[in-house]
Amino acid sequence: MDVLGGLSQFIPELALICGGMVLLIYGVFNEKNAGPTVSVAAIGVLLAATLLVAASYGQDTTVFAGAFKIDAFSSFSKIVIFAAAAFAIMMSDKYLSADQLSRFEYPILILFAAVGMALMVSANDLIALYMSIETQSLALYILAAFNRDSRRSTEAGLKYFVLGALSSGLLLYGASLVYGFAGSTSFDAIAKVATADGAGPGLIIGLVFLICGIAFKVSAAPFHMWTPDVYEGAPTPVTAFFAAAPKFAAMALFARALVGAFPEAIDDWRPVIAMLAVASMAVGSFSAIVQTNIKRLMAYSSIGHMGFALAGLAVGGPAGVSAVLIYMSIYVVMTVGVFACILLMRRRGGNSEAIADLAGLSDTDKSLALIITILFFSLAGVPPTGGFFGKFFVFGAAVEAGMIWLAVIGVLMSAVAAFYYLRVIWVMWFDEPAAAFERGGAAHLGFTAIVAALLMIPGFWFLIGPLKSAADNAAMALF
Amino acid sequence: MTDIGNELSIPWLSLLTFAPLLGALLIMFGRSMAKRDANGAIAPDTQRDVDNSARRVALLFTVGVFIVSVFVYLSGYDPSIGGYQLVEEAAWLGGINYKMGVDGISVLFVLLTTFFFPICVIASWTSIKDRVSDYMIAFLVMETLVLGVFCALDLVVFYLFFEGSLIPMFLIIGVWGSKGVKEFAGYRMSSRVYAAIKFFLYTFIGSVLMLVAILWMYAQTGTTDVPTLQQTNFPAGAQTWLWWAFFASFAVKMPMWPVHTWLPDAHVQAPTAGSVILAAILLKMGGYGFLRFSLPMFPLASADFAPVVFALSVVAIIYTSLVALAQEDMKKLIAYSSVAHMGFVTMGIFTGTKQGIEGALFQMISHGFISGALFLCVGVVYDRMHTREIAAYGGLVHRMPAYAFLFLFFTMGNVGLPGISGFVGEFLTMAGAFKVNAWVAFFAAFGVILSAAYALRLFRQVMYGELTKEPLMTIADVNNRELALLGILMLFALYLGVYPHPAMAVFSPSVDLLMNNFNAGLLSAGGA
Repeated sequence: MDVLGGLSQFIPELALICGGMVLLIYGVFNEKNAGPTVSVAAIGVLLAATLLVAASYGQDTTVFAGAFKIDAFSSFSKIVIFAAAAFAIMMSDKYLSADQLSRFEYPILILFAAVGMALMVSANDLIALYMSIETQSLALYILAAFNRDSRRSTEAGLKYFVLGALSSGLLLYGASLVYGFAGSTSFDAIAKVATADGAGPGLIIGLVFLICGIAFKVSAAPFHMWTPDVYEGAPTPVTAFFAAAPKFAAMALFARALVGAFPEAIDDWRPVIAMLAVASMAVGSFSAIVQTNIKRLMAYSSIGHMGFALAGLAVGGPAGVSAVLIYMSIYVVMTVGVFACILLMRRRGGNSEAIADLAGLSDTDKSLALIITILFFSLAGVPPTGGFFGKFFVFGAAVEAGMIWLAVIGVLMSAVAAFYYLRVIWVMWFDEPAAAFERGGAAHLGFTAIVAALLMIPGFWFLIGPLKSAADNAAMALF
Repeated sequence: MTDIGNELSIPWLSLLTFAPLLGALLIMFGRSMAKRDANGAIAPDTQRDVDNSARRVALLFTVGVFIVSVFVYLSGYDPSIGGYQLVEEAAWLGGINYKMGVDGISVLFVLLTTFFFPICVIASWTSIKDRVSDYMIAFLVMETLVLGVFCALDLVVFYLFFEGSLIPMFLIIGVWGSKGVKEFAGYRMSSRVYAAIKFFLYTFIGSVLMLVAILWMYAQTGTTDVPTLQQTNFPAGAQTWLWWAFFASFAVKMPMWPVHTWLPDAHVQAPTAGSVILAAILLKMGGYGFLRFSLPMFPLASADFAPVVFALSVVAIIYTSLVALAQEDMKKLIAYSSVAHMGFVTMGIFTGTKQGIEGALFQMISHGFISGALFLCVGVVYDRMHTREIAAYGGLVHRMPAYAFLFLFFTMGNVGLPGISGFVGEFLTMAGAFKVNAWVAFFAAFGVILSAAYALRLFRQVMYGELTKEPLMTIADVNNRELALLGILMLFALYLGVYPHPAMAVFSPSVDLLMNNFNAGLLSAGGA
């Protein structure tokens, strides 16, 4: 009875699961030419799921005996995740067929990963948390190794799998400690035990292991080692997907686990998160300076961005969580846009990945150069782009909570990071032109890139208000 | 606040600010409409048309903005009122609103900006041949951002424009800068790239600290409205670090010694019009920031740290003047002299006296005309000879008498010859400084002597002597376009030098208000 009642709240996820299954069966029977049809259908399924989430926006219930929570927070996150996943499928179409990778399993795997992520952001129980992370991760491991004839891709998949398994181990160990000391796996029950003076050392150790496990998933330093290799090795559309939706899901999960299960123990986890934030900002900013491959650059950039988002999480409280959601939403848009541009860097049939290949792009392809310029200034957080607003709210929350030192470190790191973003821009504008990229055909990618750039400026001047109120609303659901 | 802005009911300031952006979009649109061949390349003939229309659109919009700004100033602005006028406001993000307005301190900078952009467009008419439409787009975007800086009455909106103005200048220096190669941090890069990066990072690092301060003020007061914050008394301890955070940003922008080193690089590498904008307008953002934010919002800290500013200003005046004496490059020499002249500005501002502040404002306006004109003068010979080295010239007076006259006039203006606008500002700032600390005025006075030394040396080496160098034998005198530009600037500098009252009358009421505010802030803290 309870289970069946819960299912009615799970229609978006059910739509994704059923859609994925049906498409799988269709694909098996039409293996030769199923690719494009399945892609379009998968995008349709994701759009339908997004609409279903939007239609039920604003409710606040728990289902499956409190294992999952459907509230504004999970709805907000699901909309971003589904949209990012839909764009990832759309962007990969042309690329995969050009490299003989067009298999119908690809969009289906993304659908299943999206199911995992949707569960992650609504998990309200340690077991639900673990199961949803694994649902997502299994799909991602396969995606990383999707180009199975490429040594780099299989290496990326293997590396991702081994380190992912390690992080799952840490997570499970932490979860078992927390369960042992709290006597329950439910976040609500843990929250009652983990009070400011009631949280014993056992619970704290469990909490720290839990944090380490999730930090792996968001690739926060010092748990970031896998990121550059996986980003570089995986096929570029897969990297585009990895960099956007799963990061958002893991960050949302992070927020719910900490704020939902350990609200009173904030003084215990805040220093840990702040340390992760500072380390990630530093690693992301300094290591990226020496990169020559744009995918590796984006990997370090994403580590840095996770650091900025974690700074918001370290603040805690509604302002901090809201800032995290705003930051991550903007990050997802920028990342999808940048990867669409990277996918457009095609030359002689292959994909260029070296930053040097962008030389003189402003001469050979002005619009692409302009879009990349806008997106990179946005990644650097230079006003008046959208990226600035993300940093503005995160550091605003930090300053408001009296963590001025964190804000100062953050802005200084963003100034360091500005250097390598500028490097890409100066290669495009100031260097002598290299051979031009191939033109035409990839209308989807151009569309994605243009939408992302327009969203960064000037769309953000108008959208930031609605986004902020939606994020505030979503964040309040956790408190 | 008055209701003059409401009477007009048209958001004039926003219109002025965003009109150039519209021009930039128009150029972009026009270019994308241009006929292309199969490879996406534009035929040379079409390219010429595209370039010419880009120039015309840019000129049309910058001149239009100038005319409208003068019209708005004459019809909508009342110089006898010290408060904010033409105020417009729109709700945006809770305590952060889109708010624009001008007072006596900013209105002249707005006019200076709208005046200098058409000059820059005309000055680059023939000297820029590559990527003309990109260049014009960059300049139009920059005009929008700079006008936004001077009109914004909300800290966050101000910050958006202030930081945003780095982007077009970064591209202008990097794309249209001069040639040359430099080794830096393992990268072999052209020196214009080095200058562009240095310019960007210096200013960016300075500004991010100001961002933290802005966030703190927002967290404390729940608003970023500038007029409200000017009336807020922040606790003395907080004022100290807030002041330093703002100082970090404006001191770099100004630039003050010892964070001035980006300026000579940027000036040398930038194209002529870029240097003009940099010297005439971008540097003024620093001084404007001190007057708009540091002084009224943190009066206690401003008074406390005035000696620090004095010391840095005096070092800037004397040290950079000495450095200017040793320069081999004309633009570098003028750049260092700019740093020295900005030293007078910072000194004047932090005297906290009416004379000092008015002198600083006047010095900024006058420096805009004079140094802008000097960079244009260098541009004149650079366009002909493609070198800025002083040693490459000599005896130009024989071939270019009109040019020599103009150059002499602006050199004298730079020295601070009475009768030209430069004198008024230097005199007033020193008079203000004398009241507060006679030693500061004493040392600053050396700057006047040194400026005569380096400016006259420059003039002698470039203009006098025998015309012996082979390439100079055929050099042509200024053409009508150059003559017109420099002539207009000369008239302004002369007018302000002989009769400074009109400018003074505009900012005087606002400076009075600022002084009252500043002194009230000091008193209320003294009582506490």
